Amino acid sequence: MKQLLILSGKGGTGKTTVAGAFIKLSKAKAYADCDVDAPNLHLVMNQSSKAEQSDYYGFPKAEIDPELCTKCDLCRQNCRFDAIHIDGDCEVDFYACEGCGICEKICPAGAVSMKPAKAGDLLLYLDDTVFSTAQLKMGSGTSGKLVTEVKKQMNSVEVNSKIAIIDGSPGIGCPVIASISGVDMVLIVAEPSMSGISDMKRIIKTADKFKTKIALCINKYDTNIEKTKQIEAICKELKLPFTGRIPFDNDAVKAVNNGQSIVDVVCLSGRAVKQVFNKTMKILLTKS
Amino acid sequence: MKMAVLSGKGGTGKTLVSVNLAAVAHESVYIDCDVEEPNGYLFFKPVNIESEKISIKIPMVDEKLCTGCRTCVDFCKFNALAYIDGKLIVFDEICHSCGGCILFCPAKALSEKEKIIGEIQKGISENVAVVTGILNTGEASGVPIIKKLLDGVQKENRMTFIDCPPGSACTVMESIKDADYCLLVAEPTIFGVHNLNMVYELVKLFEKPYGVVLNKCLPVKNPAEEFCIEKNIKILGEIQFDKELGKLNSNALIAARESEKYRQFFFSLIQILIKEVCDETAVNP
Amino acid sequence: MKIAMPVDGKSMDSTVCISFGRTPYFLIYDTESKESTFLDNSAAASQGGAGIKAAQTIADNKVGALLTPRCGENAANVLKAANTKIYKTKNNSIKDNINAFNSGKLTLLEDIHLGFHNHGGK
Repeated sequence: MKQLLILSGKGGTGKTTVAGAFIKLSKAKAYADCDVDAPNLHLVMNQSSKAEQSDYYGFPKAEIDPELCTKCDLCRQNCRFDAIHIDGDCEVDFYACEGCGICEKICPAGAVSMKPAKAGDLLLYLDDTVFSTAQLKMGSGTSGKLVTEVKKQMNSVEVNSKIAIIDGSPGIGCPVIASISGVDMVLIVAEPSMSGISDMKRIIKTADKFKTKIALCINKYDTNIEKTKQIEAICKELKLPFTGRIPFDNDAVKAVNNGQSIVDVVCLSGRAVKQVFNKTMKILLTKS
Repeated sequence: MKMAVLSGKGGTGKTLVSVNLAAVAHESVYIDCDVEEPNGYLFFKPVNIESEKISIKIPMVDEKLCTGCRTCVDFCKFNALAYIDGKLIVFDEICHSCGGCILFCPAKALSEKEKIIGEIQKGISENVAVVTGILNTGEASGVPIIKKLLDGVQKENRMTFIDCPPGSACTVMESIKDADYCLLVAEPTIFGVHNLNMVYELVKLFEKPYGVVLNKCLPVKNPAEEFCIEKNIKILGEIQFDKELGKLNSNALIAARESEKYRQFFFSLIQILIKEVCDETAVNP
Repeated sequence: MKIAMPVDGKSMDSTVCISFGRTPYFLIYDTESKESTFLDNSAAASQGGAGIKAAQTIADNKVGALLTPRCGENAANVLKAANTKIYKTKNNSIKDNINAFNSGKLTLLEDIHLGFHNHGGK
């Protein structure tokens, strides 16, 4: 099974809209939403069944037993993450703790222990397709590991599918790095704006480190033709395959709000995304 | 007054709103905490840039002192250390800088060195002091940069606008910690509602006063507006979808500096915000 | 010489595990005495850096060659420091790979993937 990951660097470029369309067009039997901070793909995939939920545990975090704590302050002084506060009782700031375990080891009273902490929900929709997604709990920092779990969950179910489509997360940090690992190709959905180009360059640099095949398309290309041309020039310069332009389309907004993909309705953006899809598939399925 | 501008995901207009508000304020500070994808400086094009490298502390070993006891290897929860063939190896990019290995080394063979993970750039753009955090590509966490960005923000007397990272992860929490008010920017789609709901939960958790600006409004049904009405969330302003604004914005021009219409729009939005913050502090001093 | 392999179960009829760092067990096999032992991989449950910890285990057992389908950059660096050669497995059968290794038919693993930043592989 070939895995295609859709990324954007910048948020809001239409990554999920493109992913939704690609899933429909490819009839992929396996797909995943790795934007665990703000998952959206499930809103347009219309799953007929309810998701199987499982708890996701991030790293264990410190817990202080007030009965044993002598308030010696050693843990607070040695915590690099400012995660321990003493007003009255000794308390661990759940969101600040990174689970390093210094407090546990340094506590002379044995009052600190590391306890598994729930950091999110893994969701698996199974009908004739496998759809793996997750929601990270607010303020949890371990989204990279959850991304890996989402992909693992998708791969854990045997399906007869030539390709898998993965909706990635924005940014260039740890969840993105986790989502790139192991995929066969990355499609970057760029946006013709100064910000979009700046972020696009950063995501290309990140993806390049993994020596994964990269292609690029532009969404809302007509909102700024000059910037669109600039992006195409960058592609040429970097020798990145360019797979097409998708126009800004009010009908796309309407489709999304009705829980539909842009290829479910007759619209300009839907037609354009089909061409992007065909070109992208050609690159994905040719041997490098 | 410290205002955090946030949205559940990127691309909703967080930067548009915070940049333009900072531009119309009399004298202000704009802090870009979206360190993975900082964009505010593209709009402000600040001059007189001073940059400061941001580093984290990682361990280094003095091989002469190391006895090979492996206390550090066994302690490290992140497995950033290995002891092979009489030598300690440190994996920089895996280290969380907790300092445990140094603290617990019985031979005092470990000490710290600095590793650069990004930088902070400070510059001036007319009335705005522009502060930008930039995370180097390939680095996993921007939190140390955000912490540094917001260092001293409490003492800032000028109006301060904090452009937060997207999402509701730890980086966002770090960004809103010191804010007096949270401004949530939402898009008129069901994606927008889902993402708005996330940051709405977040600001409630932090017990921050908040209000919403609806962006890219079209003359059709707006699920984000319906959500606000249903949850009784104050809508402070609505920005209509406008090709002209889109063009200015995509060319990284500040609408409030280019167009009188938008100067007035953001100026009145700032008045509403000031009133909101004053009301809040009157109720919760 | 002692060789090691990440394996899914504690038996010679089990299969080679696709992941090195997060494999449940390691097979340590002595090519001279033909003796085999199975070790629990304590790195499997790690938050991050599993490859490093797993490689430490391999090095501590004085293994001369590791037979694995995949290996990350960090683990490879540890193994290099320990003078352990890394060979690519040809299929998922433990016995096939031992035989292939003994007759010199396995090739060195060239395709070392970049570190996954604590997140493991697929």
